[in-house]
Amino acid sequence: MALDAAAVAKIAHLARLGIDPADVPEYADSLSAILAFVEQLNAVDTTGVTPLAHPLDATQRLRPDVVSEVDDRENFQSVAPQTEDGLYLVPQVIE
Amino acid sequence: MHRKSLTQLAADLQAGVCSSEELTAACLERIGRLDERLNCFITVTAEQALASARAADARIQAGAAGPLTGIPFAHKDIFCTRGVKTSCGSRMLDNFPAPYDATVTRKLAEAGAVMIGKTNMDEFAMGSSNETSFYGPVKNPWDETRVPGGSSGGSAAAVAARLVPVSTGTDTGGSIRQPAALCGITGLKPTYGRVSRYGMIAFASSLDQGGPFARSAEDAAILLSAMAGFDERDSTSVQREVEDYRATLDAPLGGLKIGLPTEYFGEGLDAGVGAAVEAALDQYRRLGAEPVEISLPNTRLAVPAYYVVAPAECSSNLSRFDGVRFGYRAGKPRDLTDLYQRSRGEGFGPEVKRRILIGTYALSAGYYDAYYLKAQQVRRLIREDFLRAFEQVDVIMGPTAPTTAFRLGEKADDPVSMYLSDIYTIAANLAGLPAMSLPAGFVDGLPVGLHVIGNYFAEGRLLNVAHRYQQVTDWHTRCPKGYE
Repeated sequence: MALDAAAVAKIAHLARLGIDPADVPEYADSLSAILAFVEQLNAVDTTGVTPLAHPLDATQRLRPDVVSEVDDRENFQSVAPQTEDGLYLVPQVIE
Repeated sequence: MHRKSLTQLAADLQAGVCSSEELTAACLERIGRLDERLNCFITVTAEQALASARAADARIQAGAAGPLTGIPFAHKDIFCTRGVKTSCGSRMLDNFPAPYDATVTRKLAEAGAVMIGKTNMDEFAMGSSNETSFYGPVKNPWDETRVPGGSSGGSAAAVAARLVPVSTGTDTGGSIRQPAALCGITGLKPTYGRVSRYGMIAFASSLDQGGPFARSAEDAAILLSAMAGFDERDSTSVQREVEDYRATLDAPLGGLKIGLPTEYFGEGLDAGVGAAVEAALDQYRRLGAEPVEISLPNTRLAVPAYYVVAPAECSSNLSRFDGVRFGYRAGKPRDLTDLYQRSRGEGFGPEVKRRILIGTYALSAGYYDAYYLKAQQVRRLIREDFLRAFEQVDVIMGPTAPTTAFRLGEKADDPVSMYLSDIYTIAANLAGLPAMSLPAGFVDGLPVGLHVIGNYFAEGRLLNVAHRYQQVTDWHTRCPKGYE
């Protein structure tokens, strides 16, 4: 399946990924080439095959519902671009 | 000192022939002198390394040393290291000193190993040539106009150039084995779940696995023993005791059944690489092994399935990089959407963007079944091929990569041709099997890797199979010119 410029722009928006408009045609080409390459999968009959999510078919382990982490906010926020009073700052969202 | 193996260095440290501080200083001196040519390191942690070395010397004095105590190693810059820049090869994390240690980082520190620096890699481990790094490509020490392979290119080249005795890597589709092959060293990707992924920056969570690089199987066994083990902080970590990988290294290979998939010796394989692999198989025959032809009929589907599964998981994992909590943030955002879009648009390079876009598309409404679910079904078919094969054989062998190291820039503009350089390695990730690459000769002065795939948790067997070969061959002892 070939992707056109509009499709690339839509996917980029879904991914919240800024793409320079000048680069869109190049992405459309390379993404289309990759999709054409993975098309081969369609030639295989996979009726009744269970999708494999974990190579060992393991399931999620459960643990007792007890507090195991200590508060380390200061450390984690030390690498944040902008914080104030323990909160992460972003541009105003609500007028 | 740089000519000695980890095993020899550990013995020297124990015997007091040299101290860890001297050894560490010698590594730092070599890196300072030679790494300008190779670009293996993103960060060199000289002060911290010398302090760790002094602590290791005290531990050796106190008689409390293990086989890695005082041994310098290079750490792929994908493993979080508290207080030390952890860039993942990306502008996105150029300003990121990790606030915590990965489990592998902690385990190696507890073993007394001395981290000497963080190595260069393809951005977020997405690449097979190390050319997608924000910090520029790594050069192959065998020919500095060629790529070292990727994504763990810096770790592989650093061991090949004798800058460090061992290093860590991660392998999602071949990122340990392919650079090990192209740089002429030994590298092992363990069974999925054997090495903790906690603090290892995620690319494709159902495929990612950390492992060792070394100059021999024996040294790799020592490093793997320290890296492996159950970790409750990684929900896919496997609860199973770690074997003593060194204890079984010398087991004889008489009667070992080696499966040779016809699909691994066909079209696309360089004739010289094929001949080197055949010669290695003859050597195994002399060691008493019996190569038998087998078939893995779904082999050709591995790369296409991978390029759905890996980007899909990458697009989900990399959604955390949003310019809010850590990492790169674009200047003067107009609003929140602009903050997300420009932080991600400016922070990620072209290959990472390409994979996020493919993954977002494959997971988007209306396409999920056609791409992601289909690929996961094909993944099971690939795994079943292997399960059938392992009823018949003990290990599977073939070439690690279809060619020797290619030139810098040669494949940079053609993603699909780059993806095909992992054609023999990707299936082991999809199936979650352990696999390794070991040096098996040269073509025109460039190293060739022999790929050995084992059954689940057969790391000990793989290392044994590699070690016995290395006892009767000297490919793994060869050193690139200018780095002797």
